Amino acid sequence: MKQYDIVIIGGGPAGLAAAVSAKKNGIDRILILERDEELGGILNQCIHNGFGLHTFQEELTGPEYAGRFIEQVKELDIAYKLNTMVMDISREKVVTAMNREDGLFDVQAKAVILAMGCRERAKGALNIPGFRPAGIYSAGTAQRLVNMEGYMPGREVVILGSGDIGLIMARRMTLEGAKVKVVAELMPYSGGLKRNIVQCLDDYGIPLKLSHTVIDIRGKERMEGITLAEVDERGKPVPGTEEFYSCDTLLLSVGLIPENEISEKMGVEMNRATSGPKVNESLETNIKGVFACGNVLHVHDLVDFVSEEAAAAGKNAASYVKKERPEEGNGREIRLNPENGIRYTVPVMINTARMDEKLTVRFRVDGVYKYCYVSAYFDEERVIHRRRQVMAPGEMEEMKLTREQLLQYPELKTITVKVEEE
Amino acid sequence: MYDVIVIGAGVSGAAAARELSRYKARICVIEKEEDVCCGTSKANSAIVHAGYDAVPGSLKAKLNVRGNQMMGELAKDLDFLFKRNGSLVICTEEEELPALQELYERGQINGVKDLRILSREETLAMEPNVTDCVCAALYAPTAGIICPFELNIALAENACTNGVEFRFDTEVEKIIKSEKGYELHTNKGIFRTKYVVNAAGVYADELHNMVSEKKIHITPRRGDYCLLDKAAGNHVGRTVFALPGKFGKGILVTPTVHGNLLVGPTAIDVGDKEGINTSRAGLEQVMEKAGLNVKNLPMRQVITSFAGLRAHEEQGDFLIGEVEDAKRFIDCAGIESPGIASCPAIGEMVAQIVRDKMKLEEKNNFISTRKGIRRPADLSKEERNELIRKEPAYGSIVCRCEMITEGEIIDAVRRPLGAKSLDGIKRRTRAGMGRCQSGFCSPRVMEILARERDVSMFDITKSGGKSQIVVGINKDAL
Repeated sequence: MKQYDIVIIGGGPAGLAAAVSAKKNGIDRILILERDEELGGILNQCIHNGFGLHTFQEELTGPEYAGRFIEQVKELDIAYKLNTMVMDISREKVVTAMNREDGLFDVQAKAVILAMGCRERAKGALNIPGFRPAGIYSAGTAQRLVNMEGYMPGREVVILGSGDIGLIMARRMTLEGAKVKVVAELMPYSGGLKRNIVQCLDDYGIPLKLSHTVIDIRGKERMEGITLAEVDERGKPVPGTEEFYSCDTLLLSVGLIPENEISEKMGVEMNRATSGPKVNESLETNIKGVFACGNVLHVHDLVDFVSEEAAAAGKNAASYVKKERPEEGNGREIRLNPENGIRYTVPVMINTARMDEKLTVRFRVDGVYKYCYVSAYFDEERVIHRRRQVMAPGEMEEMKLTREQLLQYPELKTITVKVEEE
Repeated sequence: MYDVIVIGAGVSGAAAARELSRYKARICVIEKEEDVCCGTSKANSAIVHAGYDAVPGSLKAKLNVRGNQMMGELAKDLDFLFKRNGSLVICTEEEELPALQELYERGQINGVKDLRILSREETLAMEPNVTDCVCAALYAPTAGIICPFELNIALAENACTNGVEFRFDTEVEKIIKSEKGYELHTNKGIFRTKYVVNAAGVYADELHNMVSEKKIHITPRRGDYCLLDKAAGNHVGRTVFALPGKFGKGILVTPTVHGNLLVGPTAIDVGDKEGINTSRAGLEQVMEKAGLNVKNLPMRQVITSFAGLRAHEEQGDFLIGEVEDAKRFIDCAGIESPGIASCPAIGEMVAQIVRDKMKLEEKNNFISTRKGIRRPADLSKEERNELIRKEPAYGSIVCRCEMITEGEIIDAVRRPLGAKSLDGIKRRTRAGMGRCQSGFCSPRVMEILARERDVSMFDITKSGGKSQIVVGINKDAL
């Protein structure tokens, strides 16, 4: 069986950045396993710009952004296999994968980095009543058809869900000659970035209907139309608000789900709030030497933060392989506790011996909050109290902690992060 | 001139065609859809009932029990999945115990083997997720689960291998009695035949009424279902039914033969014979009532919902036999539950009727077995690698949820009566059936279909007809 120091599952933005970082931190035997026919992951179909403002201080398209990392992977001579599906990972870190040339094969890893990304929530999960004709696509599937293959999935489009891919596709379909009639969002707020609402909907005069959902799908072979209705606070359609839209296409942008089937099968502990693994300050899961980063860990809003997080995972995996990590026993374990308005935190646990000088804690809020504070309580004491003008579920938030700060509280057991009005 | 034309390529028509293909006769199956298994057969509970439900003496009772007995061997011969997982009818009220007892006795009369009434404790020991309100249950170990697509496809493929012709996208518009039999006027021309087998599902009444003055009437009875992720597939091991009566036949909860969990159906009479649209009320009813007999149902794990139509004939029993005032026209109508369980016996009965009337002779070259699509996932690592060396397409995963390879998809296209659409691929291989509901694999499957069938991407449909997936190229309308 072939031996590697680090095997990285997935060659998208997270896997690429993790590989580059691990290599730069002194690891030579790295293997990236990618199921698609090229590296870059979902970025390859994101042909719009807006990527890289944080990482490269430039505005790049998705393929350009991926290209920067792919070049580094090639320059650093990092091994990768394309068209290769990982089938299974054992707790002993034997990775079983398959492709046309090698068949079903095993490799032994010292460390594994999970970077499989996420998938789109499907129509079925929404239980939309009506027929099931052709013409219903997840926004990402339509994006692939249009941007990678050049095919129009339809002419008259309604979009359900205001996630970023849906917003981006509203603009794309318009530019390619389709009529986008409306974007409907179940929640009273959008799930996407503010800048996308402005640049993809407002600029093209596409209406966004908040607190609306699709209650019927018409058409037996190809879609002929849908009925929208307003929903009440509990998400139930309000009678009398029904409105029919004729359309041949319904795009769904109703959420992303980290793809953790393999992680769960190998026994990685999951966080219900993120559907990703529970990780510590090193982005390490409950299985020693198994790390996670990018959208498989929690769904990000910007790829720049994926790269940053993945670089940290790569570096930490490298010190694990080189056995350079401080002993756990030399530090203390501090639990992170999301409360009141905070859906989750990544990580969920910090070991003070192993944390870097600075640690970024990422989280999302559960609703729209205006003129409020994000606070961190070190046990009972409020230590961080930061004013925020507006926070929304569509945008990832972060908070910096320093090692020095934590060491000042020798008895500290729990850091509670919460939203406060004052 | 055909000897027999079977109208409808659902399980009944396919079973009849396969049984008829044992004899020396020229047989054709006419189907209005683009593939087999497109009507009632594709959307139902996928249950091989034990046979205690039907009224003793009815065709339903007789054919259900016989079909159930035949299913095991048929599954082996035709290589489709069938599992005798057993079923439980749950009784939650002491005063309903007599009704449970009556079911038991009906089963005895119908000839159902090994039926037992279980106590509350025995039931919960067998199925811990059954409601705590259970006071007794009827246990039928002979009940089973099946993949209705596979069953239907296997029967049709085997019939095809044995010389039966299949005409798809062919809709019968008019039937005219002729001297020697019937003329079927279709959108694809006129077909002449000595005998007709009417296995047209919810449309069987329309066809029957074209040739007979003794009218029959079929009401499409819609059933809404929710299918749950494989993560929920072990919630129950047996098929769990409500005691019929209080809420009609009730909502069942069952594992599927592929490891998902299926919940449903409702029973809503509709006027539209194509009315397979789910309704909000129906789906809500499914969720609500399923919880009456099974606790802690993980309804967050729903991956899709769908509806099917049962062909309910108002007399309440299967109608199988030569039509009194239309000789040589054999009805196979009103096939609702337990149609899946009964279909092997339905096929046998229809074929015997035709054989006796036409005095058909048996062939000596009938091929009784068929190999299904090879499932690499069932092979050992060595076998799998051997297969990939010979056919590299088996090393390439196309559907990541169900882990279906390109090799399986190519097989589904190239075999007899091969798949032509995304749904055809889905029903044969399960590609697109998983938790992402084809979001990932559909563009890839489209490419393979276009390549294998040598057609353009614009000709690829979801399920035939006007169900195209892509309608043009970028900017072509600007």
